[in-house]
Amino acid sequence: MPTVRFPPHLLRHVKAAPVVAVRGATVAEALLDVERIFPGVRDYLVDERGSLRKHVNIFIGEQWVRDRVALSDPIAEDAEVFVFQALSGG
Amino acid sequence: MSESLLAVGTRKGLLIFERQKGKWRLLREAHLGSPVPYASVDPRTGDLWASIDHGHWGQKLHRSSDLGESWQELTAPKYPESAVLREDKPATLRYLWVIAYGAAEQPGRIYFGTEPGGLFVSDDNGETCHLVESLWNHPSREKCWMGGGRDEAGIHSIVVDPRDPRHVTVGISCAGVFESKDDCATWQPRNRGLIAAFLPDPNIDVGHDPHLLVGCASSPDVLWQQNHCGIFRTSDGAENWQSVHEESGPANFGFAISVDPKNADTAWVVPATSDQVRIAVDRALCVCRTDDGGKSWQAFRKGLPQENCYDFAFRHALDQDGDDLAFGVATGGLYFSDDRGESWQCLGEHLPPIYSVRFLPAG
Repeated sequence: MPTVRFPPHLLRHVKAAPVVAVRGATVAEALLDVERIFPGVRDYLVDERGSLRKHVNIFIGEQWVRDRVALSDPIAEDAEVFVFQALSGG
Repeated sequence: MSESLLAVGTRKGLLIFERQKGKWRLLREAHLGSPVPYASVDPRTGDLWASIDHGHWGQKLHRSSDLGESWQELTAPKYPESAVLREDKPATLRYLWVIAYGAAEQPGRIYFGTEPGGLFVSDDNGETCHLVESLWNHPSREKCWMGGGRDEAGIHSIVVDPRDPRHVTVGISCAGVFESKDDCATWQPRNRGLIAAFLPDPNIDVGHDPHLLVGCASSPDVLWQQNHCGIFRTSDGAENWQSVHEESGPANFGFAISVDPKNADTAWVVPATSDQVRIAVDRALCVCRTDDGGKSWQAFRKGLPQENCYDFAFRHALDQDGDDLAFGVATGGLYFSDDRGESWQCLGEHLPPIYSVRFLPAG
C-alpha cells in the first residue's frame, strides 16, 4: 500500500500518526483515505474544493505533485507520499 | 475567584488574563504559535470560541467548554461549490474574522463572518454551518464589494437585535452595512449618510468601509461604527447615519469602537493617524470617549505611552464590561481601565501583536 508521511509541524495540530498506509491510486484518493483514518487531517492539506493549500506541498517519491488543483497524479502501490509545509515569516 | 477575565487573540496564540484581588496575571495560553484573529465567549453556554489562522494549514475553528483548558476542533466554514468569487474563480475560506451568537431563544445559533464576503450560520452550536447565500448572491457583491485591508471583502461585524433575533445587521469591508429583518432571508444595504472618500462617488450606496459596527443592547436602534472615513452613529436602526467624529481632535480615524450597552450616547474609540500611516495620533496613545452621542469627545491619556508611540488598535481589540475597559495594540501592548477609560494600567508591553480583546464572564 502507498504510505503518506506528515511533517512534525502538522502533527502539532492534528491527531495522526507520522506515517500511514493508505488505499488509493491517486494523491486525491490517498488523501480521502487519510481522512477516513484520521478525520479532520485532510482539511489541513486541501481547501474546500480539494485543491492543495497554497503553502502546502506534496512529493510522490522525489517528484513534486503536478496537479495541485485536483491532485490527480497517480501513485504506485509502493509509493511514498510526503507532505511538506513551507515555514516562513515571524 | 476571578474578578475579571480577558481573552486576548494574538499573532502567537490565545492568551487568557485573570484579575484577582486587583492584580492581573497571565492565566493560560492556548494555540501557542498560531495567529488567533478572534476569540470570545457565547454568553448563553459559556463556551469559549476561537478562530485560528494557520496560514499554511488554513483557517480553523475551535471551541472550549472550560475557558481554554481543553479544546475541540470543529469543521471550519466551507464555501459551497456554487460559490464563485468572480469570473469563475471558486470561493474558498481565507479568513475567519468574527464569531457572533444568536439570542437565548435560538439555542445553537452561531454566526461566522469570513473573507471572502461570507456570512455563515450554524443552528447546532457550530457542528455544521452553511453560507447565507441570500447575502452572498446580493446583486451588489460582484460589482461593488472589494477588499480593503484584506485581498477580498470580509465580514467582521455581526449585530443581532436583542428585541428580535431575526433582525441581523452586518458590517462588510468594503461594501458597508447590510441589514436583514427576516432571519437572513433578504438583505438591504444601510449606508445612507456614510462617506466613502476613497471612491469617485463618496455617497455611493455600496462600497463603504465600516471598520467595525457595534450596537447598543439597551437601545438597539442605535448603532455606531468606526469607519475608514470617520465615526458614524445612527439612532434609527441604520436607516440614516450621522458623522460624529472630531474635525480637529483625535477622534476620527481608527478601527476599534465600543458602545456602552446601558447608554447609547457613550462610546469609546482608540484613534490613529489617517489611513495612510496608521500610528498613534502625534505618536501618543489615547482613548477617546463621548457621553453625548458624539457631539463632543474627551481624550484620556493617563497610563498610556505619550512619546515615540506607533501603536494602534485593530478592530476587535477593544472591549468594555461595566466600568472596565481593555484594549490591545498591534505592537503588543495590553491596557486595562477600571474607570470608564479615564486612566489605564499596562498589563503587558511585549505581547505579540494583538488582534482581539474580549472580556469573559468572571467567577
